[in-house]
Amino acid sequence: MKPAAFDWVAPQSLEEALALLAEGGDARPLAGGQSLVPMLNLRLAPADRIIDLGRLDALRAVHEGEDAVLYGALTAHAAFEDGRVPDAAGGLMRETGAGIAFRAIRTRGTIGGSLALADPAADWLVTLIALEARLHLRSVRGGRVVPAADFVLGPYTTALAPDELLCAVEVARRAPQSRWGRCKVVRKAGEYADSLCVVLHDASRGFARVVLGALDGAPLVLARTAAALAAGAGDAALRATLEAELLEREAGDAVARRRHSTCVRRAVASTVVGENS
Amino acid sequence: MKAVPVRLRINDVDVEATVEPRTHLADHLRESCRLTATHLGCEHGVCGACTVLVDGEPARACLALTVSLQGHEVRTLEGLADDALMVRIKQAFHEAHGLQCGFCTPGMLVSAWDLLRRCPDPDDTRIREAMSGNLCRCTGYQGIVRAIRLAARPGR
Repeated sequence: MKPAAFDWVAPQSLEEALALLAEGGDARPLAGGQSLVPMLNLRLAPADRIIDLGRLDALRAVHEGEDAVLYGALTAHAAFEDGRVPDAAGGLMRETGAGIAFRAIRTRGTIGGSLALADPAADWLVTLIALEARLHLRSVRGGRVVPAADFVLGPYTTALAPDELLCAVEVARRAPQSRWGRCKVVRKAGEYADSLCVVLHDASRGFARVVLGALDGAPLVLARTAAALAAGAGDAALRATLEAELLEREAGDAVARRRHSTCVRRAVASTVVGENS
Repeated sequence: MKAVPVRLRINDVDVEATVEPRTHLADHLRESCRLTATHLGCEHGVCGACTVLVDGEPARACLALTVSLQGHEVRTLEGLADDALMVRIKQAFHEAHGLQCGFCTPGMLVSAWDLLRRCPDPDDTRIREAMSGNLCRCTGYQGIVRAIRLAARPGR
């Protein structure tokens, strides 16, 4: 289908974009357009006005700090895939970017656009909650920084106020001995995930973090499973803890929980076997 | 909903037009520029038939607003007619039965071109992964994979 008619404006500066957002109405910021444009084409997302962020080079900038990397919201998935931007997480950012949809989507789709849409099965959400990324939001009222886990409230629902723009994603550099694992269950290459898990594990300091996505709601931080992993639980004990936690957190019906359990255990196994970082 | 003047560089030619903001690139190419190699299947980014190059990188023409591409460079299959790699890929699709009805073929060719440019000698797994964003309802993909293998290694 074709989109319904809308007005279009392409601000030349961030300040101008924020002022336009503050005018209210049914306005939507356009980043890479790889989710918004299909929704416009299918007439699922009504918009009177599109605020095209494409000319805001400031949102494409990447700043490397000693302890963290700040990625502009318009950094494309393919930039991570190709290693054109630094990877703060020892390869996890690269693998996440490379695993999204298809190359022709990854060249245009952006990290910020993906987060701001908050599709529950989207790849960045799970990775960035696992990495405890800090999201930099701006509006004409000022700026604030929100942890990724607090940013997502539910499917397609975020902490963004109507006049706020997600401008950058800050990811702390991972320690060299820290390992990561990731598993994505999909029926066909490039599809949205049926289950998606990222595991961080640093045995040297007894740290683990397990995040599960592609659920009915926002991604889950599986704290008890992570604690068991950090404490060095064996396969059977870890599985028992994980499946009890999935039941308790209401991660779908029995079939879905089996799928999620398998996905998490594969992600955990990949951290043990692979020298990912 | 005011029409907007826009200038794109399409297949090495500067093209000026006035378009409605909702006009996606594929419609602009087909209807205003008469570049009909770019096909429209699903119009929501799934089928890959409309894949073209924007600034040298593959992109879905149905998911790019024409107005957003002001000053950018677009290359369609027509604009690759004399490209040596594309000539080789087309010949291989012909020889290895990489198409039947041909509707998906323009997108297949552009995606294959992009794959072989980034990865000159891909194995079958890499070919299938790279082509997973292009749907074909005729061939069952065997001929397409064979064609890309042949284009990569013409001697074998």
